[in-house]
Amino acid sequence: MATVTLTDIRKTFGSTEVIHGVDIDIADGEFVVIVGPSGCGKSTLLRMVAGLETVTSGEVRIGGQRVNEREPMDRDIAMVFQNYALYPHMSVFDNMAYGLKIAGRSKAEIATRVGEAAKLLQLEPYLDRRPRELSGGQRQRVAMGRAIVRKPAVFLFDEPLSNLDAKLRVQMRLEIKQLQRRLGVTSLYVTHDQVEAMTLADRMIVMNAGVADQIGPPLEVYANPRTEFVASFIGSPPMNFLPLDVAGEVAPGAARLGVRPEHMRITPTDPRLTAEVKYAEALGAETLVHVALPDGTMATVRQSAGELQPEEGASVGLGWDAGDQILFDAKGVAV
Amino acid sequence: MEKRVTFKGIWLPLLLVLPQMFITAVFFFYPAGQAVWQSLFIPDPFGLSMQFVGLGNFEYLLTNSYYRASFVTTAIFSVLVTLVSMGVALYLAVLADRLIKGSGVYRTLLIWPYAIAPAVAGVLWLFMFNTRVGIVTWYLGTLGYDWNHVLNGGEAMGLVVVASAWGRISYNFLFFLAGLQAIPRSVIEAAAIDGAHFWTRFRTIVWPLLSPTTFFLLVVNVVYAFFETFGVIHTITSGGPQQSTTILVYKVYSDGFVGQDLGSSAAQSVILLLIVGALTIIQFKFIERRVHY
Amino acid sequence: MTARDALVVTTPPLKSGRTPPEGMVERRGAGYWMTHLGLIIGLFFIFFPIWLAFVASTVTQPEIVRPPMPLLPGDQFFENYRKALVSGINAPVALMMLNSLFMALGIAFGKIVISLLSAFAIVYFRFPGRRLFFWLIFLTLMLPVEVRIVPTFEVVAGFGMLNSYSGLIFPLIASATATFLFRQFFMTVPDELAEAARVDGAGPMRFFWDILLPMSRTNIAALFVILFIYGWNQYLWPLLITTDPSMNTIVMGIKQMFPSGDDLADWPVIMATSILAMIPPVVVVISMQKLFIRGLVDSEK
Repeated sequence: MATVTLTDIRKTFGSTEVIHGVDIDIADGEFVVIVGPSGCGKSTLLRMVAGLETVTSGEVRIGGQRVNEREPMDRDIAMVFQNYALYPHMSVFDNMAYGLKIAGRSKAEIATRVGEAAKLLQLEPYLDRRPRELSGGQRQRVAMGRAIVRKPAVFLFDEPLSNLDAKLRVQMRLEIKQLQRRLGVTSLYVTHDQVEAMTLADRMIVMNAGVADQIGPPLEVYANPRTEFVASFIGSPPMNFLPLDVAGEVAPGAARLGVRPEHMRITPTDPRLTAEVKYAEALGAETLVHVALPDGTMATVRQSAGELQPEEGASVGLGWDAGDQILFDAKGVAV
Repeated sequence: MEKRVTFKGIWLPLLLVLPQMFITAVFFFYPAGQAVWQSLFIPDPFGLSMQFVGLGNFEYLLTNSYYRASFVTTAIFSVLVTLVSMGVALYLAVLADRLIKGSGVYRTLLIWPYAIAPAVAGVLWLFMFNTRVGIVTWYLGTLGYDWNHVLNGGEAMGLVVVASAWGRISYNFLFFLAGLQAIPRSVIEAAAIDGAHFWTRFRTIVWPLLSPTTFFLLVVNVVYAFFETFGVIHTITSGGPQQSTTILVYKVYSDGFVGQDLGSSAAQSVILLLIVGALTIIQFKFIERRVHY
Repeated sequence: MTARDALVVTTPPLKSGRTPPEGMVERRGAGYWMTHLGLIIGLFFIFFPIWLAFVASTVTQPEIVRPPMPLLPGDQFFENYRKALVSGINAPVALMMLNSLFMALGIAFGKIVISLLSAFAIVYFRFPGRRLFFWLIFLTLMLPVEVRIVPTFEVVAGFGMLNSYSGLIFPLIASATATFLFRQFFMTVPDELAEAARVDGAGPMRFFWDILLPMSRTNIAALFVILFIYGWNQYLWPLLITTDPSMNTIVMGIKQMFPSGDDLADWPVIMATSILAMIPPVVVVISMQKLFIRGLVDSEK
């Protein structure tokens, strides 16, 4: 078990800097998720922790030890890859055992440890199979198993669920979370899926263009996004952004006002502004009503299914509580 | 394209490339350099010393009527070999592609000649057309045609062309069949729905979609006809009669080893080198476009 | 034409895994039989020379020299083949076959080994001179030994390698087709495998041996078939450097069996030798057909 500390990490490829100084402190046993759109540098960051990319400047510490110059194998980490990276010509058992074999462990020890991992992951019936004979979910488990048998201080996950179909993803998400709780191993997990980030993370890091925009517990980040980017990236459908004058608000230094769709309501009494209903999507439990504000800005209102559904083309009043709104300045930073 | 992952180290990779580097240097670059060097000299009549003549050997070659004739012979030979072998192969591939079942059986049988050495192919065809015992010669005789490729240059050319093309059909067939089978069935069916008959479909859909394969095979077959047919020519005609089947590669051999004219042979090697270089560039440009990376 | 269009060529014709057309494009009846007829005519053109050679290898010399020769096999099969294998004309054909086998195996193994190593180095390392090395290799891609025979002959003679297996083998290993094929294949191996191996603690050679090599099995086998045939079928090079009949390879040895001048050739023995010369490569090709076709279409050489 170990802490992971990143101090002012920077990475340049050629002459372009892609990571612009990131600081992260991960406590022992904590599950931290890095979330962001593709190209934001989240995978590069993870690979620097793994030792698969060199660190241009800054320091990576695992368990208090500086590891910048260490080979991946010497960092006491294990990694689960997006495409699993299972050795195609080896059986499930050999895939899990490979690292231990290289480390020169005894046959008996290897068998025990692989056996334990296989039991934990319900892989016992498949130990003799080749990766191509397994389903996507099973391959995913083998990749997990390969990480577990090493008993590392840190688990690194690089979008491990993105190759699975939606249903399996939800199931495996749950399994990963339970497994991490049970083993208590410090974990760093990279994903572009904000739902994964919300459900898995003890703390999440929202990355945008090589910068960590916000670090914090998921609900905290959701409730108090520090930037417009975070506000729009976390939450689906994303937060509505209204120009201040349209919203009828006056606040010095602020340029826009953000309200989450679930905090906005269609109300005949005391509306803050009026809008035209463009179309409504009934999703069963809830309905998303898309409206156009007078200046043409689109906004979304999330209603529960029981509420009265307005007709398309109807003019409606919109309202929200002042406590639910967040003001952003011209640069997109929360005021 | 580069790998994202690399291993560290300098000595290990150098050690790994060393065997190939060594063999290539000794048996490839050094001889190729020698060829260029020797092409600038002529030996004196006793073979004791070399006299520098600059581009004299090349000048001599390009004005030499035998060498120019060999160029023409090579051109005719390559064009004929390429056309015959590709034509027959395409015909067979189109037929095999029409079959749903059984194309595998035909393929298994049709790939035989690929495994047969050009020199052996030469012997087989020589046997059929041998002026004394050849069975085809005999049948032609009963029809009143007196086949004699030993004396008749045109017949000699025809024979080496057919023998060379014969050995190449398999290769072309495999590539054409692969190309044809890669054309989506739906495209052909769409054309059929549009009312196109077989020949129209072939002309307007299949042939254009097959053109990458065809172009690739054109280049490869020309290279084959240039270099790998030495065995056919040597076994059937030895370049004769009156040099009517002396292609460039054969001339390098006969001038260098039979005639012992090293300077001229080296100059010829250099010219061939340039031709191959040009063909390589053509092929590389093509491969580059074809394989997207 | 786009790259995607062009890529179709590389699709290996492993099987015609197409759904059967619903009778629309494929016509049954007359057209169907015409297709078979056309293919059978083609097969006749391909096989007639081989059949004739086989027939000639089973009859007596007088039957051949009085044309037309028979079109069905005779009863001299064992006699002719025994004579060819045991005594031959200049050298026993069995010995020539052994020479060919050594040469073909030497070329196939040698080229595969050095190519695997250097392709591994080029793809998985960054070392000084890597680009230079890459281009040097590329230069050798298409230059056949035929073009540089005279100076290569002198090099080999200088090393005293005339009439030796090393003289037969080494000059023909000196080209980069196999290196290129392996490079192309290594490029398609997912980066994550090497990364996983690194995380698992495998060094470069361990990765090469435990992971890359087993994954290359099919490519190696396919290339082996192609190189074996290439080596077995060499003609000009052995013709130049084996002056001693006991070092002749079978493919070049056949031509040496023809008498100089006007004497009558010993056709039954020559034809038996021709058949013997084609059996090993044909067997290799037919038995490893799928691998071979894939290797061929992948390597384009």
